[in-house]
Amino acid sequence: MKPGYVIPGVDAAAATDMPVLLPVAERLSRETGRQRREGVWRLELRAWHGFVLFAVFLLSLGVAEAQVETPGDRSPLATLVRWIPFLLWQNGNGFVLNLIISFLAMAIGTVAGAALGLGQISIFKPVRMICWSVTQLFRNSPWLVLLFCIMLLLPFEIEIGDTVYNIPDWMKAVIGFSLPIMANLSEVVRGAVLSIPTGQWESSEALAFSRIQQLWMIVLPQCFKRMIPPWMNWYAILTMATPLCSIMGVEESVHLAQQAMAAEDSRPELLAPFYSFLMVMFFLYCYPIARWTIRLERKYVVNI
Amino acid sequence: MQAIYDWARELYQETGINLVFIYEEYERVRFIEGFQNTLWLGIICILLSVVIGVIGAWLQGSHLRPVRLLVAGYIQFFRNTPPLVQLLFFYFALGKTLENLGLMPMYEADGWQHPLIGNFGWAVVSLSFFAGSFNVEIFRSGIEAVPTATREAAEALGYTRLKAYIYIVLPLAFRVCLPALNNNLVNLVKTTTLAYVIAVPEMMYTANQIWSDNVNVPEMMATLFIVYVSLVGVLVWMMHRWERALRVVGFGQGA
Repeated sequence: MKPGYVIPGVDAAAATDMPVLLPVAERLSRETGRQRREGVWRLELRAWHGFVLFAVFLLSLGVAEAQVETPGDRSPLATLVRWIPFLLWQNGNGFVLNLIISFLAMAIGTVAGAALGLGQISIFKPVRMICWSVTQLFRNSPWLVLLFCIMLLLPFEIEIGDTVYNIPDWMKAVIGFSLPIMANLSEVVRGAVLSIPTGQWESSEALAFSRIQQLWMIVLPQCFKRMIPPWMNWYAILTMATPLCSIMGVEESVHLAQQAMAAEDSRPELLAPFYSFLMVMFFLYCYPIARWTIRLERKYVVNI
Repeated sequence: MQAIYDWARELYQETGINLVFIYEEYERVRFIEGFQNTLWLGIICILLSVVIGVIGAWLQGSHLRPVRLLVAGYIQFFRNTPPLVQLLFFYFALGKTLENLGLMPMYEADGWQHPLIGNFGWAVVSLSFFAGSFNVEIFRSGIEAVPTATREAAEALGYTRLKAYIYIVLPLAFRVCLPALNNNLVNLVKTTTLAYVIAVPEMMYTANQIWSDNVNVPEMMATLFIVYVSLVGVLVWMMHRWERALRVVGFGQGA
């Protein structure tokens, strides 16, 4: 190519101070790409969100206090305080159950998702295809449909030998939640492995590493850091999704809040304080995770 | 069609797999209505959320600070609370309060008074606002991505401001937005199942009615599953093709 015939933008880097699109387009495209790889938007919680929620809680409580007409009624604050143990931890139900469900679903989803994700990059085509289809199936179906499926299709008790084991509802919910988590984490694993430059594979092959060794000693250690932020983001999203199983009668916090309000004669002024209280609880739990995710992301951003 | 109905009935008699919504007309009508409702819910919400996104993006460029703050507050509220809570809030808190205050226009049908915005209406409102809040930011980034120089060049060529906006800025902005928009719209279609909670007779709800009447949970579940996955699959496929056709050549990787 003669030096006189270089066309900027075609033969060489575009040399212009007039870009076709501004950097914000690049940013949107990057965000979209990440959302596609990870299957969910990044949770962006700020401290002031918490303050607003807390203010809403206080305000609704104040309004509720002002609405007490008959002197015999207990004040909303006292009512809420009385129900707090019931809502949060009593009998291992309530908010604690939300957390237990989220832990277990995440644990099962992570293990299954890692296996499925590694299956997706298998060199054996049938395994790759099967893992890909399973991933796509569970990634593309609505959470509520999956939850319904598992809750209604699994038996409520199983017989192993002579003993009959009851499967409580919340355990079925755990499995229902772990399926979409599994599929999405499988994509995360696949994406992370594919993001490792092929040079790493080739050079380790040249150094006589076997495929398992390459994966285990060269590629996965580098992927690990990249998978942590999406993994934590998914955990926060999952925790926020656990109240979905209240529809199926699992005794987690939202369901118990409804019961508690029903037990208090369904006074309408209790609605806002109870729900905003739960929102504050969820915020307090998810906020540190969301912030930490962003910090880790920044820390790990330049590693290859 | 009759052959398929007969096949389903035979299947039930021989294997016990009860695809009642195929061979029995009553259930068939019910299921198809549910499917149509899901489709309508999806389509209306997609269109409305795009409209909300465009208007919101336009308002965000307003010179008035209160307007910008209002839009920012709207986005923060809808992005950071679960759609389930929004749905319950709109239907039970807002809808019922409006009805109790007598602010909701009513119409009469079947001898009953119905509110103008019933559960379907509130589901549309709530889900559209939910997806719209994401669309506002997407459209705004798209419009911001078009350099002022391009706009000025268009004006130098004799375009009016409106014409420059329609023929130069929006086509470019739309191409930038499309991938992000697709993500959001696919997500929206999946979220429509939540309308079940406020008893909108969409597919999930009717399937629930059918399996409650016929005790054929596994069959209905499998059907529901297949229909939803194919619905989302078709949407994703169409959007991807469109996206590839409208890709800005030489820009980013998009997908």
